[in-house]
Amino acid sequence: MNLRDAVRQALGTVLDPEIDEPITDLGFVASCTVSGDGVVTVRLRLPTFFCAPNFSFLMVADAYDAVSAVEGVTRAEVLLEDHHAAAEINRGIAAHAGFVETFAGEAAAELDELRRYFLEKAVVAGQDRVARPLVDAGAGPDELASLTLGSVPGSPALDRLRRRRTALGLPSDDGAPLLLHPDGNPVAAEQVPLHLRRARLTRLGMEANGELCTSILRTRYRGTLGTG
Amino acid sequence: MYEKDGDKYFVVDSHMHFWDASRENWVQGREQYAKGWIDCFYGYHQLAPPETHWDYEHYLRVSEEDLMKDVFEDGHVDRAIFQSTYLKYWYRDGFNTVEQNGSLLERHPDRFIVNGRFDPRDGEAGLRQLEEDARRWNLKGVKVYTAEWHENGSRGWKLTDPESYRFLEKCRELGIKNIHAHKGPTIWPLDKDAFSMEDVDRTATDFPDLNFVIEHAGIPRIDDFAYMAVQEPNVYAGLSVVIGAHMHARPKTFARFMGELLFWVGEDRMTFGSDYNIWTPKWQIEGFVDWQMPDDEAFSDYPRLTTATKKKILGLNAAKLYGIDVPAECRLPTSAGEQEQPGEQLLTEAAAAGSPA
Repeated sequence: MNLRDAVRQALGTVLDPEIDEPITDLGFVASCTVSGDGVVTVRLRLPTFFCAPNFSFLMVADAYDAVSAVEGVTRAEVLLEDHHAAAEINRGIAAHAGFVETFAGEAAAELDELRRYFLEKAVVAGQDRVARPLVDAGAGPDELASLTLGSVPGSPALDRLRRRRTALGLPSDDGAPLLLHPDGNPVAAEQVPLHLRRARLTRLGMEANGELCTSILRTRYRGTLGTG
Repeated sequence: MYEKDGDKYFVVDSHMHFWDASRENWVQGREQYAKGWIDCFYGYHQLAPPETHWDYEHYLRVSEEDLMKDVFEDGHVDRAIFQSTYLKYWYRDGFNTVEQNGSLLERHPDRFIVNGRFDPRDGEAGLRQLEEDARRWNLKGVKVYTAEWHENGSRGWKLTDPESYRFLEKCRELGIKNIHAHKGPTIWPLDKDAFSMEDVDRTATDFPDLNFVIEHAGIPRIDDFAYMAVQEPNVYAGLSVVIGAHMHARPKTFARFMGELLFWVGEDRMTFGSDYNIWTPKWQIEGFVDWQMPDDEAFSDYPRLTTATKKKILGLNAAKLYGIDVPAECRLPTSAGEQEQPGEQLLTEAAAAGSPA
């Protein structure tokens, strides 16, 4: 793989933590250039000037880390554009500063807890993606409560659920239950109807947010397609 | 009033504005924020049917005549509730202040209700202002915008802040019953989720005699909102943005939103708001009256809407919150039956089976 493709692939691993989709799919990568001597410049753009600064910071920081880790990259520069906090965030990333240092006096903690909260949502939403076809095919609460990850048909949704569980430190092997509370406890049969209702609701919230963001981004940058 | 197929709908637009985003009103040195704000709204505007789009200059500021035509003459609205939003950090005279909105109320007293606002960071002066506004405009409600930037450098606050509780107690004392809350996109400290509903949850429990109308149904945290609302009887779903940004642009998502809200929150606690001047009310009201849950299998376990459901959402629920008199021909028979809120039943069943809610 050439360096340009490797960099694009790395950017594809960076997620919008709030929406749980890659920034490349969301259209957030405005441009990505790779020079002959391995210097990479990535420009990111978001749906609005007022997108929340914490999620914005995480995406720029994650993109910087992902690109810097690609073999052959000698220097990475990731810049956020057209955003109310662009100057602070870009300065912070370039200086390898954390969130607290970047927003001195305005942030009390790094963003691990915030990231974890949304990863938990992703794990709940992901269960709806995998379980919904089974429910539609007639699976009842007892059967659903006894299913393991290894006993359901393979799918991209299942792979994604496993990855998110791993990131959260939850079991993701074949023997792990399909339905899990975010704290890692299994879901009992009598809890299944409420659990699945909530999982569907969580998935709706995240997917609808993603749809709204891409609609607004398309309007904001009409005619400029971006890259990735 | 809107009439369709022999049914008469009394329409309360419970969330609208009369804003001034004109260049003359941009704070010097902070023009990028003032422009960024209205550009963001203009992006939302594009989610409406194309024939309703305005040009940018018109969008910055409409005249009183435009508003009266869009909302009442063409827009079917019987009573409109102004939600005052200040944003004085970048709009010099405010985006739409109580005074701006009040000037229209004075000229059309039978058309408008003006809601005030408070910002707990304003302290004693803010409390005095709230008292004065309540007297002058006969406030029954306030809009609180927790993401507002403040001259003291703060970029937001929480309903549960001790200072905020002082203002809520003052609301109680002044007979202000309806608290319309709007979340995000910034909050102090910045490491917290600005859209979080946790503070609404606790505040609604601590002030059971106040109503909390969560605008935009908590979008983008509609999941947290719905699950909180099912457990808090004084929490309402404000449908501004829910209809405006989705009914035309994302019909499937809109159907799911409606299905989830009807399931968890129920038709007695959902209120229509056009969010004018983001969008005009006409297409939203006409479209909503014609709208029904899709027949698709994927939507089969969501409640369907009856004419009574639509009448409640479009006006009767808000009329009840604000004590607005509804003409007899638009009312529903009082023996409307049990409240429709299937989600509550599911929670009760799960609790009976011993699972944690």
